[in-house]
Amino acid sequence: MDLSVRIGSLVLKSPLMSASGCFGYGLEYADIVDLSSLGAVVVKGLFLKEREGHPPPRIVETPSGMLNAIGLQGIGVHRFVREKMPELRRLGAVVIVNVCGSSIDEYAEVTRILSDCEGVAAIELNISCPNIKEGGIQFGCNLASTGEVVAAVRRATALPLIPKLTPNVTSVPSFARAAEENGADAVSLVNTFLAMVIDPETRRPAISNGMGGLSGPAIRPIAVRMVYECAKQVRIPVIGMGGISSARDVLEFMIAGATAVQVGTANFVDPFIWPRLQAGIEDYMTRHGVARVADLVGTVDF
Amino acid sequence: MPPLDVPALVLRNTHLSPDYNVLHLEAPAIAAASQPGQFVMIRTAAGTDPLLRRPFSVFEVLRDAAGSPSGISVLSKRIGPGTARLYDAAAGDRLLVLGPLGKPFSLVSPPAEAWMVAGGVGLAPFATLTEALRSTGAPARLFYGGRTRADLFYLDWFASRGVTLDLATEDGSLGAHGRVTAPLDDALRARAASLPVTLYACGPEPMLKAVAGLARTYGRSSQLSTERIMGCGLGGCYSCVVRVREAGGAPHFVRSCLNGPVFNGDDLVWE
Repeated sequence: MDLSVRIGSLVLKSPLMSASGCFGYGLEYADIVDLSSLGAVVVKGLFLKEREGHPPPRIVETPSGMLNAIGLQGIGVHRFVREKMPELRRLGAVVIVNVCGSSIDEYAEVTRILSDCEGVAAIELNISCPNIKEGGIQFGCNLASTGEVVAAVRRATALPLIPKLTPNVTSVPSFARAAEENGADAVSLVNTFLAMVIDPETRRPAISNGMGGLSGPAIRPIAVRMVYECAKQVRIPVIGMGGISSARDVLEFMIAGATAVQVGTANFVDPFIWPRLQAGIEDYMTRHGVARVADLVGTVDF
Repeated sequence: MPPLDVPALVLRNTHLSPDYNVLHLEAPAIAAASQPGQFVMIRTAAGTDPLLRRPFSVFEVLRDAAGSPSGISVLSKRIGPGTARLYDAAAGDRLLVLGPLGKPFSLVSPPAEAWMVAGGVGLAPFATLTEALRSTGAPARLFYGGRTRADLFYLDWFASRGVTLDLATEDGSLGAHGRVTAPLDDALRARAASLPVTLYACGPEPMLKAVAGLARTYGRSSQLSTERIMGCGLGGCYSCVVRVREAGGAPHFVRSCLNGPVFNGDDLVWE
């Protein structure tokens, strides 16, 4: 049974990836998850420098989901390369780094540093975080800015480049096309939906940042629709995510058009989910006589 | 030992009051590995509402007739949909329990005394700590506060294990009238500086802050168990941060699930 999928020049042994921001730097899970069994470990977003993030409370639960505004707390790219990459390499993880920036120069600089680091397999470009004032979504909500930052980072690296798109725009496919036209090897979507929870008793927002990003099973059907729309409009692979919690959900995204998928919130609920997802995919392939999982991509009967 | 995730059988659910309950859960491997101050993440529903697990201190390590660890109990206070489900759980139910997690308390040995300070459901980590202190022989004292006398539990349990009790209620119905930090302050003032004491505290943040302040005032060390909204318990989500300042460094956020939940009181920076 062949579970491998191709993202640009990268061949992954499985379509299953951790979603950035939901798996720390991967090493937090090393004693309970075989990191080398994942298609890729997508680590938490990195700026050039360390970042403090927002004060707590940073999350609140919602019906079948959660709202977060962590604020991209992180150790910065230099400490990541020094402190995390040696162990990730030793464990045989395929590492995709989520790159953040508050300017185009910063995105390119972080990408250059990572491109010189042995073991970094690809760059996911975070132009979609809804929770920070500078950078992130300001690039991802404007077509010209998206094109500009993708083109600049493209010049900075030969690694596969995967802009991560926000759903908080009128037409996600036009942003996927802008990414493709400026040299992206794939796109990943969706980041979280900008959302808000207010406590009527106190009349205050439930999290310190006021607004945050909605994730979890609640967003899954919207994410599936967006993946479906984007996959029809670009030739590069689409990496799908949004509320995936079971093998059934993985298959749904792949049939909608995703070449690979990322799992985020479900890993919080069940960190032992990974082998079960893989077994469920294999069971489906057996039942449906599918030899290569890549043959499922975009096969929705509609 | 890496944490385990087990579908634990609910052995018993004891309602202590209209808000508080103690759940006995069959989980021998987690029980055997648990150290005082550690916690578990419990999934309160099989579906997606509520979606996330809830963190609970290991309250007691349960033992079988031969004395081997057979399970754990958790002390829960009904404050939301997750804890409401635990309040309503029935013997025979199964709940996914992930643990043990987090950094435990450091134990003291005689002649040092262990003074535990609990506010409300913050009693939770102190039963296992009491058992562990019995093995070091350190004298233990519990300062325990609640809104009213009906909110104070397990008093005989602690007393029968040689723990000296100092109680406080906000309505004055049992023990000192007011906050538990008042009798703690009195006791610290009365204690000779030459006699070592370590403070252990768990409870609402204003109480922890007050205990940290008293520890500083009287030159005592403190170990504070923090409570934060926690998404995963494993360091993945960065939700449960507390601000710390270690040895001259700048204040920064660390994850209470990995770096805590127990912190040195001198390291915590209060908002």
